[in-house]
This record gives sequence, C-alpha cells and structure tokens, in this order.
Amino acid sequence: MQQIFNFVIKNKTFLLFLLLLGIALSLTIQSHSYHRSKFINSANGLTGGVYSLSNSFDQYFDLKDENKLLSEENKRLREQLLNSSQNLDSSYIDTKYSETKYRVTIANVYKNSYSLTNNILTINKGKNDSIKQDFGVITSKGIVGIIDNTSNNYATVLSILSKTSRINAKLKSTRHIGSLKWNTDNPEFVQLEDVSKFAPVKVGDTIETGGESSIFPQGIGIGTIASFEIDITGDTYNIEVKLFNDMTNIGTVYILENLDSSEIKALQDSSNE
Amino acid sequence: MNNVTVSNTVRFILLLLVQVMLCNNINFLGYINPYIYIIFIFLFPIRENRALFLLLSFMLGLLVDMFSDSGGVHAAASVVLAYARPILLKTSFGMLYEHHSIKFSTTEIGSLITYVTFGTLLHHLVLFSLEIFNISSILLILQKTLFSSIFTIILSILIIILFSRNKK
Repeated sequence: MQQIFNFVIKNKTFLLFLLLLGIALSLTIQSHSYHRSKFINSANGLTGGVYSLSNSFDQYFDLKDENKLLSEENKRLREQLLNSSQNLDSSYIDTKYSETKYRVTIANVYKNSYSLTNNILTINKGKNDSIKQDFGVITSKGIVGIIDNTSNNYATVLSILSKTSRINAKLKSTRHIGSLKWNTDNPEFVQLEDVSKFAPVKVGDTIETGGESSIFPQGIGIGTIASFEIDITGDTYNIEVKLFNDMTNIGTVYILENLDSSEIKALQDSSNE
Repeated sequence: MNNVTVSNTVRFILLLLVQVMLCNNINFLGYINPYIYIIFIFLFPIRENRALFLLLSFMLGLLVDMFSDSGGVHAAASVVLAYARPILLKTSFGMLYEHHSIKFSTTEIGSLITYVTFGTLLHHLVLFSLEIFNISSILLILQKTLFSSIFTIILSILIIILFSRNKK
C-alpha cells in the first residue's frame, strides 16, 4: 500500500498529464460522432456573450451586402407573387388545409467557420425562441445546415460543410435522389452521391433538397452541378455541386421548424416496429 | 509573486480573446490560422508548480475548443506541449535551464527561436492529427502543420519580443 502511494506521489505530474490528455482525447473522439459534445460547444452563455459583443461591431461592416441580399430576395418573392396563377381570393381558402407547415425564425450568425473538417456556426437564437435540435437552417439562397446544440439564448448549427453531415437532395428536373456529403477540400463545393445512373445528369442543372427528411421542406436550393463521374461500382453518379451560398460569408439565416415533424416521426417509428 | 500571478492572468485572458476573435478568423489562403494562445504556455514561469501549469494549459486549450467547437483538440495539444516543455527548454537553453536561471526577457534570440519553433511544431502536429483524425490524410496533416506553424512561429516571436523584452 505504501508503495502504491509512493508511486502516485512520485509520478503525480505524469499521472495528471495522462488524466488531462485522456479527458481531451475522449472529448475529441466524441466530437467526431454526429451529435457532438454536450458540454464543450459554443452555445453557452460565456462564448455567446463574447461573440455577441464582437458581432455587434462586425454587423456594421456588412450592412451594404445584407441590404443587397434582402432586396434581391424581395425581388424574387415579389416576382413569384405577381406571376402566381393561383387565385388569392380569400373566400376560397379552406383554413383546415392551409395551416402553416413550417414556422420560420430569423437569426444572426455570430460565429462561422469553414476551414475545419467539421464546421459549426453559432447563432443568436436558442431555447427561449423555441429552437430545438434538428431544425433546418437556410439563407435566402440555399441551405446552411442543421441545428445541433441549443442553450437558452444561442444555438450551434452543424454546417453542410462537415464530414458527418448527410442531407437528402435531388435533381430539380427529374427527382432522382442522392445524399449530400462534403469531402473537406473546398468550402464552395459539396458532393452528391448515390444518384442512380439512369438520371439525366447535365452540368449546370440545379440540385435542391429532397423533402424525404422532415428537416427541410422540398425544393430549397442547394447548388448547381459543376462536374460528375460514374462511381467505381458503375451503378451511381458522383456529382460535384457548386453551392449557391457563399459559406464563407453568412450573415442572416432562417430557421425552419417543421410543425408536422413529431407526427411524421411517430408514424415512421410505428411502421418500423 | 503577486505580480507574476496578475501578469499571467492578464496574459491568459488577452491571448484567449485575441485568439478566438481575431486569429480564428484570418483563414489566410483558405485554411491557415495562427494559434498564438500557446505563447501563454511558452512564457509560463518555470519555477511554478508543474501540476498547476498542466491544469492551466488544459483550461486554456479547453476554452479555445469551446469557442471554436472543436471537441478537445486544443486541450489535448496544449497539455502535450505543457508536459513536453522541460525537454524543449533543456534542448534549447542547455545550461541555463539546469541552473533555473532563464529569463525570457534576456535570453539569446537564437535559443528563443529554437524553443518556440520546436514547441509550435509539436503542438500543431498533435492539433491537426486530432482534428483531421484520419491516418490516410497524413499529407494534409503535415501540410496544415507546416503552414500554420510558420505563421504561428513568426507571430509568436514578434509578440514575445514586443511585449516581454521591454524591461531590459
């Protein structure tokens, strides 16, 4: 017993080193799985406070770009409204079927990263704004990512620029589906895999969200096809997609909550059993 | 003694804030960032308790991790650097370290550069190995280590010379 104590006292620095290294490594390994560390993330009061301070200065420099983005979006929406052939007479609207399916929340990006292998954004909306895990995040141009951790006032977003993210996507013209991944090389391009080789793939075609998951609605833009090749197995295409969003410059985002998601999830769970 | 505590606390907080608010957003050529918070580990007083030193380095790394959502990679790299510091000191300063008489404000510039270079390379190698976490991307790890190290070494040496050599 005496010898054990002596050993511990003699090697206390080394043992402390091993302990701390062990904690750090376990946090690292945890962070490489899909749902990240619950304790060490930037959605807490301290980091959120610091980022909100620096963001309050930063915002002023981006006002011009933000204004341009907003007016472009306004133009697009107004075009849609004027060109829609639907009859907007209120007497035809049957309230029972026109319930809103998605609730939209606006948030500011406090921290953005795009040079790591798993990129995370921090935004200034959290539990107090009813933001929960697995809500979708988009900008006026296209998708950004999925909500990961939330605190009272802040949330982290798992960016599509992440090794662990898998998003269901399809070709706009034909509805052939695939899954969207990122090979960590370039923040402007993501990869769409497992697209059937019967799909008519053309450079320049639009890729959008597939609507198979309950996170994103169908038809949110992702990007255009930059190049493509047949997979080694010969059955599927691997497509290089150029993103609509400039992921290195994101100011304001929209958070989408699918109000039917619990119903869809319950249905899927019951049919899996 | 009190003076040392105050100056190290200030250094800890300042380096952390500069790291997360400025240096993490540089992204020179797309991915090169300097990690200057390790200056705290380089300049920590040599005669202080080693256990305290390891704990503080771990805390600093963990806080940087918290701000940059990187799990525990900075914490691990900082702890490794802090643990390996006596060996680095011995190789770079030789006899001075044996006599416990190193003052970073008066040492030779050459020894200081050796010390910072080896320390930074070790820290960045651990950091990027854990961040990429894939042995098949070993070239990417080495490439990131090399470029970020050059950036960090230049900045660290400039900062050390600017801020801690003025008491000559």
